[in-house]
Amino acid sequence: MAEVTRLVHKYLRHDKKFPHVWCPGCGNGILLGSLIRAIDRTGLEKDRIVVVSGIGCSGRISVYVDFNTLHTTHGRALTFATGIKLANPALNVIVIMGDGDATAIGGNHFIHAARRNLDLTAIVVNNNIYGMTGGQYSPTTPYGAVATTALYGNIEHAFSIAELAVTAGACMVSRGAVFYATMLDELISKAIVKRGFAVVEVVSHCHTQYGRRNEMGGAVEMLRWQKESAVRVEKAKEMSEEQLRGKFTVGILTDRDLPVYTEEYEKLRQVAKKSLITKN
Amino acid sequence: MKAKKPPGRQLLLQGNEAIVEGALAAGCRFFAGYPITPATEISEVMSYRLPAVDGTFIQMEDEIASLGAVIGASLAGVKSMTATSGPGFSLMQENLGFACTAEVPCVIVNVMRGGPSTGLPTRVSQGDVMQARWGTHGDHPVIVLAASTTQECFSATVRAFNLSEKYRTPVILLADEVVAHTREKIYLPRSAEVEVIDRIKPDMPPDWYIPYEDNSRGVPPMSTFGDGYRYHVTGLIHDVRGFPTERRDEISAFVSRIFRKISQHLVDIQQIEEEMTEDAEVLVIAYGSVSRSARRAVREARKLGVKAGLIQLVTLWPFPRHAVEPVLRRARMALVPELNMGQMSREIKRINQGATRIETLNRIDGNLITPDEILRRLVKSY
Repeated sequence: MAEVTRLVHKYLRHDKKFPHVWCPGCGNGILLGSLIRAIDRTGLEKDRIVVVSGIGCSGRISVYVDFNTLHTTHGRALTFATGIKLANPALNVIVIMGDGDATAIGGNHFIHAARRNLDLTAIVVNNNIYGMTGGQYSPTTPYGAVATTALYGNIEHAFSIAELAVTAGACMVSRGAVFYATMLDELISKAIVKRGFAVVEVVSHCHTQYGRRNEMGGAVEMLRWQKESAVRVEKAKEMSEEQLRGKFTVGILTDRDLPVYTEEYEKLRQVAKKSLITKN
Repeated sequence: MKAKKPPGRQLLLQGNEAIVEGALAAGCRFFAGYPITPATEISEVMSYRLPAVDGTFIQMEDEIASLGAVIGASLAGVKSMTATSGPGFSLMQENLGFACTAEVPCVIVNVMRGGPSTGLPTRVSQGDVMQARWGTHGDHPVIVLAASTTQECFSATVRAFNLSEKYRTPVILLADEVVAHTREKIYLPRSAEVEVIDRIKPDMPPDWYIPYEDNSRGVPPMSTFGDGYRYHVTGLIHDVRGFPTERRDEISAFVSRIFRKISQHLVDIQQIEEEMTEDAEVLVIAYGSVSRSARRAVREARKLGVKAGLIQLVTLWPFPRHAVEPVLRRARMALVPELNMGQMSREIKRINQGATRIETLNRIDGNLITPDEILRRLVKSY
């Protein structure tokens, strides 16, 4: 318990903005725990960390943590983070978004941030639904699932956030689940340390808005579903498509070294200085 | 005897280039934008000038992202700007409201072109006067300036940055296609001669810092991300500590303060240029490129014995009523020529409250109002 108390006192705005807004049993609390453990593991100074969030339940994380925090407009968190990182590359910028936030309204920003390879950490909490607005279908709501805007069943097909990030050019992409909190700590701390655009898709649950309507039960049952459906990336390689149906992979999907935007820009500055001097 | 040379460098520049010079002189070191006619040259020049002064240029995926990045960079302590035209300005409205609410200094240049929609991309217009005032949702204060010459593109951009830093608010600079693309002589002052204002930063220990606490100016000191103050910034209505609130007293205190910080400094913010207004019986009130035609028309009218005068609005919003009202009261008639269906004339009629006759002259065909058109109306009304 002492360790938990230390982390709470060090990283949470415990004397300011609690209790939080989340439903009992919500995955966001587990993610918040993972986030501060991961940050603690990296040993980074609090003053050098900026937590940027979008809009939605996950967006509220920025209120509770004692860093430089920025709660942006819906879907635009990565754009604000881009400005912060470019203005001061010494800051460690961690961006927290939801599935609708990052891949619907912010989809364009998501793929372009990945393509640019700025040194940002993007955590996408995927609970398959718009929770805060009351359970409308999102780009990750599975085909056939029920939502308040899909009472007859969702006829759209879901995005795979992590795979999208790999294709868009992110240099590290991983997927974790709130059930596997220890693994999540590991994935998030690796993503923070990684030089370049690192994405962590966090499979979470919204029993209030999604589980209830889709006969998946409460928080406990949904966490059990995560436990039973998660397959290690390494193990998944040996499994057939048939065996993987209804499952999701967890672990590091890709880890590659690509030129980092801010470093490239610094080189460009040197070129610009020389060329403007010779011109004049 | 040789005429005394004004200080600084004499150059031939277009308005868009002068805007870049103004921004750099004011200390702008971050630009994010998306290509759009007729504002693109600002991006182009920024892209090669900024890296040479250790600044940063980035071309974002759209205008929404551009303003997002600008706000982020400003929070990290760097003076930032974007430039666009009507369609892009519409996309920026969401984050413009964020900058108003979170009180983040930044400058947005809108080189106006014909609208609505894709409209007339290469043609001049002044159709965004009301969008600049009311474009973002919710009741909010805003500062909007307009430039009419290349020289003013420089000075108004410097002023836009200064006002933005002083009052912690986004400032919109409205140029138009004619001003932006006209190439003319400009004197670039030496950097020591440019007045540059920087935001006030907190000097108390971090534990004592209350990021949105009211003071006599209504403008709280602004800390920079990474400086040790670790505060929260949000677009939600927030309490003095920056955290979301739904308390009635805190909501009204916040909204009143962000209005008050602009309204109580109206005298500092308002700027107009007057020409021959002392004895003017007929006035022209104009802004942007139209004020150039108006100036010529007023001079021609004087030659014909018509006691005409010009008020050129440099500050459009908040409307410079303390400066305009006394002149307006003295005149028999005021003509408001605009490249729209009558956006600023509405405000002038409202301020005037029926005291002086207000006439409008509107052109929406993508062409400039000529001095002749204004002159004819002045002579007719005299």
